[in-house]
Amino acid sequence: MSALDTASAPVGRSDPGIGRPLARFSGFWKWLGVLPFFLFCALFLLAPIVTLTDGAFRAADGGYTLDNILALSSPNIVASYSLSIRLSLVSAALGTVTGLLLAYAIILGGLPAWVRPVFLTFSGVASNFAGVPLAFAFIATLGRLGLVTIVLREVFGFNLYATGFNLFSFWGLALTYLYFQMPLMLLVITPAMDGIRREWREAAESLGATRRQYWTMVALPLITPSVLGCFLLLFANAFGTLATVYALTGSNYSVVPIVLFQQIRGNVLYNPNLGYALALGMVAIMVVSNVLYMILRMRAERWHK
Amino acid sequence: MSFLKLSAVSKAFGANVVVKSFDLSVRKGEFVSFLGPSGCGKTTVLRMVSGFERPTSGAIEIGGRDVTHLPANQRQIGMVFQSYALFPNMSVFGNVAFGLKIAGASKPEIASRVKEMLDLIQLGHLADRYPYQLSGGQQQRVALARALAARPQVLLLDEPLSALDAKIRVSLRDDIRAIQRELNITTIFVTHDQEEALTISDRVVVMNGGIAEQCDTPHEIYNRPTTRFVAGFVGKLNNIPAIVVDPDAGTVRVESDVVTLEPRAVAGRKAGDPIVLALRPEAVSMGTRSGDVVLEAKVQEVYFLGSVIRLKVAAAGVSLSLDIFNRADAPPPDVGSTTHVSFSSHAVIVLDS
Repeated sequence: MSALDTASAPVGRSDPGIGRPLARFSGFWKWLGVLPFFLFCALFLLAPIVTLTDGAFRAADGGYTLDNILALSSPNIVASYSLSIRLSLVSAALGTVTGLLLAYAIILGGLPAWVRPVFLTFSGVASNFAGVPLAFAFIATLGRLGLVTIVLREVFGFNLYATGFNLFSFWGLALTYLYFQMPLMLLVITPAMDGIRREWREAAESLGATRRQYWTMVALPLITPSVLGCFLLLFANAFGTLATVYALTGSNYSVVPIVLFQQIRGNVLYNPNLGYALALGMVAIMVVSNVLYMILRMRAERWHK
Repeated sequence: MSFLKLSAVSKAFGANVVVKSFDLSVRKGEFVSFLGPSGCGKTTVLRMVSGFERPTSGAIEIGGRDVTHLPANQRQIGMVFQSYALFPNMSVFGNVAFGLKIAGASKPEIASRVKEMLDLIQLGHLADRYPYQLSGGQQQRVALARALAARPQVLLLDEPLSALDAKIRVSLRDDIRAIQRELNITTIFVTHDQEEALTISDRVVVMNGGIAEQCDTPHEIYNRPTTRFVAGFVGKLNNIPAIVVDPDAGTVRVESDVVTLEPRAVAGRKAGDPIVLALRPEAVSMGTRSGDVVLEAKVQEVYFLGSVIRLKVAAAGVSLSLDIFNRADAPPPDVGSTTHVSFSSHAVIVLDS
């Protein structure tokens, strides 16, 4: 490319007519590297959004209708959105807090150097461990006849289920989500934690600040934008989860992805256009949370460029 | 009466002893620099004074109070870091006010003190800016104001000028000294730049391998180094090998010539002892009239440095550097020409071979 640029520059100056095609050619090559990204966005982001937006406003006969959008306000669908949002918020909040504490312990807690790569490697695996295998793993450990449940009962005399705990409940699902949310939080917050400079803490301490004052006045405000971003990522991660909840509870917990799944898989509830509308609702929720995030981030980052 | 006192302070990281039995007494309002190469332990000593490192043994006193085991936030010290370490989420005002807020000062008191500090560093007009909107020199001035705002007992400066360009460095160096004198605050300054240390300090501690090689005024450090390391580290030095002939008479042999020094310069040595005669470049002159020791020399290199011309000549079996003033009517000697160089025997620093 540089050779082309070098060759075209003097020619272009003396004879613009000859230089221009070469310049255009080099301009094309400059964009070639990002072409796969735009292609990917077009095929897997823009095209699906256009398709589901179009589908959400069509009836089974192909004509335009608002019925699917109106059906989103029906009690069972509102309940499923409510459940999905609550479950996602709770699991994202739990994942954010526990992941943040874990990251603090590993990165700033003064643990031996080998701990960090071990945890990060494990987190890389655990954050992708979801769906049926994860549901089965939790049933095998914390189900009524799970290994941990039995060990707690037989060895320690502690009946987990007598406390009201139920793996197949809202909080059971939240706990299961935590398995991939916490490591994901650890992975994505690590660069921000690494960015906290030791000199800031020492400067604060030299000015008389306690560790708590340093964290509340300096460190936490600095990482707040990153934490907000991670929380949103965890929320989106939980909001789109289908296989884990389906494998764990069947259709008992009708989160939005399960209701959507029921509309497109071809049983008695078959209504793909309602499925499109449900998906459009999910996109709308993500857009709202992204806008909210950007507003919060702008406020939290007013000290930044 | 010492205000800051370090008594036999040592620091080891595992088996690695980085500071060995370090003693220092600093008077109230004195400006002391720690000078030495990387890894000599100067920053570790500073960090022990600040409370960020605990001494393995020894004691540290500030204002007559033992602070050896006191945490950093209770020592009333002000610290300025090489990397400025301003809080990016706070404005200039917020940064300078930080220590006062922590100390529980009232809002009017904070506003008044911050204004006073910003006026001192001449950045009052930038109070609302954030650190990213400031140049490196401005950031370091704010860091200095922040460190001074809460009226610390001791100001610690950890290579505060190293990240700045040459012009800003000189200007800020002068400002730091002026502010330090105005506030009469006891100051420890860590640097590896000898010019900085010699220019700014009341006393300089030259450190090497975790020990203080010499602690004295800049003039004494430069002109009367007590160890070979100090002589070599501070300023440029010519080393001429010699043999003691008669210690009582102060005579030594340089190649085939016998040179007479002050007898005290070779006191304690025996005839036949190998020694090194060390000379600053500015102590050696061209010609035969500038000193009682005259050597034949051959010009090897000529470096034109503007107001000064540095010559490299071969004399007494070694290569010597000497500086002469540039004069428009007297061109420098040609490379390869033979000449004489001379120096005063009083200017010689005698070191172990």
